[in-house]
Amino acid sequence: MAQVVLKQINKFYDSVHAVKDVNLQIRDKEFVVFVGPSGCGKTTTLRMIAGLEAISSGDISIGGQVVNELAPMDRDIAMVFQNYALYPHMSVFDNMAFGLKMRKFDKSEIVTRVNHAADILGIQELLKRKPRQLSGGQRQRVALGRAIVRHPQVFLFDEPLSNLDAKLRVQMRVELKKLHQRLGTTAVYVTHDQVEAMTLGDRVVVMKDGWVQQVGEPLELYNQPANKFVAGFIGSPAMNFSTVTVTERDGGLTAVNGGMNIVVPPHLVDRLKPHANQQMTLGIRPEDLRVANGSDPAGLSFDSKVEVIEQLGSEILLDVRVGDGTMVASVEPTTRTKIQESLRLAMNPARLHFFDAKTEAAV
Amino acid sequence: MAVEAVSTTLGSAPPPRRQRLLEDERWLAFALLVPTVVLLGMFIAYPFIRGIMLSVTNSRVGVEGEFVGLANYYKVWNDSIFRTAVYNTFFYTAVTSVFKLALGLWLAMLLNRNFRGKAFTRAFILLPFIIPTVLSTFAWKWMFDPTFSVINWTLYQLGAITGRINWLGDPDLAMASIIVVNIWRGVPFFAISLLAGLQTISPELNEAAAIDGAKPWHRFWYITWPLLLPVTMVVLLFSVIQTFADFQIVYVMTGGGPANATHLFATYAYQIGVGTGLLSEGAAISLAMFPILFLVVIVQLLYIRRVEVR
Ligand SMILES: Nc1ncnc2c1ncn2[C@@H]1O[C@H](COP(=O)(O)OP(=O)(O)OP(=O)(O)O)[C@@H](O)[C@H]1O
Ligand SMILES: [Mg+2]
Repeated sequence: MAQVVLKQINKFYDSVHAVKDVNLQIRDKEFVVFVGPSGCGKTTTLRMIAGLEAISSGDISIGGQVVNELAPMDRDIAMVFQNYALYPHMSVFDNMAFGLKMRKFDKSEIVTRVNHAADILGIQELLKRKPRQLSGGQRQRVALGRAIVRHPQVFLFDEPLSNLDAKLRVQMRVELKKLHQRLGTTAVYVTHDQVEAMTLGDRVVVMKDGWVQQVGEPLELYNQPANKFVAGFIGSPAMNFSTVTVTERDGGLTAVNGGMNIVVPPHLVDRLKPHANQQMTLGIRPEDLRVANGSDPAGLSFDSKVEVIEQLGSEILLDVRVGDGTMVASVEPTTRTKIQESLRLAMNPARLHFFDAKTEAAV
Repeated sequence: MAVEAVSTTLGSAPPPRRQRLLEDERWLAFALLVPTVVLLGMFIAYPFIRGIMLSVTNSRVGVEGEFVGLANYYKVWNDSIFRTAVYNTFFYTAVTSVFKLALGLWLAMLLNRNFRGKAFTRAFILLPFIIPTVLSTFAWKWMFDPTFSVINWTLYQLGAITGRINWLGDPDLAMASIIVVNIWRGVPFFAISLLAGLQTISPELNEAAAIDGAKPWHRFWYITWPLLLPVTMVVLLFSVIQTFADFQIVYVMTGGGPANATHLFATYAYQIGVGTGLLSEGAAISLAMFPILFLVVIVQLLYIRRVEVR
C-alpha cells in the first residue's frame, strides 16, 4: 500500500497536449476518482501511472519511489481495463493465476490466493470456464480477481463499469466500494459518470481539456465548486446558469436579468462588491429551488412558466421559462401544476453560486 | 404475375408448376447449387478423373493407349529420379515452410508496431508476392549465374570467396538456391496474413500481461502465439499445399537439374508427361502427390478445428 504523487505531469501526443500540469497527492488507502468529459485526459493520466504511456514531463512516484523509468511490471500496480482484457484462451483460474505465475509464486500459494479472491468475488464455480462463457458482470469480477490476487500497492481502474447495464453497474459499484473498504488498497479510478465519481471517491479529481479543474471530497465539489464547469458537471440534473448584471441598490447588491431581481444574500455581498455593474453567471441547483409560498421575500423568488413536467416519483422535475432563459426545478412530488401555468419559485439564499462571466471561476 | 398472386392467395387453383418448384426448398437448393457444381465438375472433378484414367493406360502424345492397370505406378515407384523428387519435395516444403513462418512472423510483429512510414513499408513488403513468379525467378536466376552473378561479385569483393561459385550447377547449392527464392517469394504472404491476425489481438491483452509481470518473450509465448495459432495454421496449410505442388521456381531456375537433382513432383511430372510425351506416366507422378496432400489437409483442418473449439 502506498501513496501516489503526480508532480507537474504533462503528456504530448505529437501536437496534442493531452494532459497539462497535473499535480496530485493520492494518500495511502485513498480511493481517488478522475472524472471529466470524453477526451479530457483521464485515461492518459491513468496509463502514465501504470507505465503504459511515457510521461512527457514531470514525475510520478509510487510509495515514495519515482517510477518514471520503471516498466509496468516493476511498479507493483494492477489495472482493470474497460473491456476487461481477459486472456480469451485461458480459463478463469489461469487468468487470475497468470500474474502470480509470471512472478514465480509457488503452485500452492497460487491456488490459495486465487481461491481466496474467487471467494471474495463469489466466482468459485466459474474457475474452470473460459471468459467467453461468462456474462459481462462475471467477466468484470474475474478482471477484479486478476487485480487483487497480486496484493499490489495500487489499483488502477479505467471505466470498469461502463460496459455493464444500469442495474448491474449500481450493484458492482457497491461491491467495489466494499472491496476497497476490505482491502484498503490505494485506488485510482477513471470514469466519465459523475454519479460513480461521487459515490466511490474519497476524493474526486475533475478534469477538462487536460487541466485539473478541482480536487476535493464529493460534497466539497457539490457545495463549493471552484468554477462553472465543475458546478455544471457535478450534480444531476445539472445546475441552472443564468447571466445576470450585479447592481448596487439601497446599500445592497441586486442580481438582475430579464426574469429575475435577486437580492444578493449578505454573506456574498463582500465578495461580489468588486464585480458591481458587471455581468456575472448566477448558478442555482434544481434541488435548491422550490415553489414559493407567499411568505417568501420578493428578492429571493421569481415568476416562471412551466414548459415540461417530468414525474420521477420521488420528485418532480419542472422545465420552466424564466425571462428569456430556461431552468430546471426539482419540486415536491405533491406539487400540482400544469403545462403553461405560471408558477412562482423561491430559491435557497444559502446555496446561490456566482461565477465570473469571463474566467468562469467561482466568486 | 398478378393473376398468379391472386390465385395463390385465394388458394383455389393450384399455383403454376414453375412457382411450386421454386417454393420447394430441395428444388431451390438444387437450382442454386447447379452453377457451382457444374464449374467444380468441369474444372476440377473431370480433369482429376481424366488424370486417374490416363494414369492406368499407356497412352503417349498421339497414341490413344490401352489399359495397363497399375503398371505406371509400379514403374514410377522404382524410378530413382522419382524417389529423389519425392525426397526433394518434402525437404523443400519443410525447410521453406519453417523459414517462411519464422521470418513472416518476425516481419509481421515488426509491422504491427507504430512507426513512421508504416503504410508504405507494408505495401513494399508485398512486392515479391505481386511480381509474377516467372519474372522474379528469372531475375534470381541471373543473380545466381556463376559468371555475371551479383552474388558472386559481392562475395568476391568482400573477400569471402576467391573463385566463382557455380550456384545452380552443384546439386546441393542448386537446392539451396531454389529454397532461398521460394522463401523470398513466400514470406510476404506469411507476413501480411499473420499481420492481419495480429491486428485482431487487442493490444490491451499485451498491456494487461505486461502489468501482470510478463516479459516480452513471455507475452509472445503465453498471449500472442496461442491467440495467433488458428491464423498461423491456416496460413501454413495454404503455404504447404502451394509449396508441395510448386513448379515455376524450379522450372525456371534449374529445370530440375543439375542431373535431375532438384526435381519436385510437379516439375518431374511435367518433364515426363509433357517433355518426353509419356502422358500416362506423368499423370501417375502427379497423382502420387494426391494422397500426401490429402493427408496434410485433413490433419491440419482437424487441428484448426481443435484450436478453434478451445
Ligand atoms: N495514442 C494517442 N495519440 C494521439 N492522441 C491521443 C492518443 N491517446 C489519446 N489521445 C488524445 O489525448 C486526449 C485525451 O485522451 P484520453 O484517452 O486520456 O481521454 P479520456 O479522458 O480517457 O476520454 P474518454 O472518456 O473518452 O475515455 C484526447 O484528445 C485524445 O484524442
Ligand atoms: Mg478513457
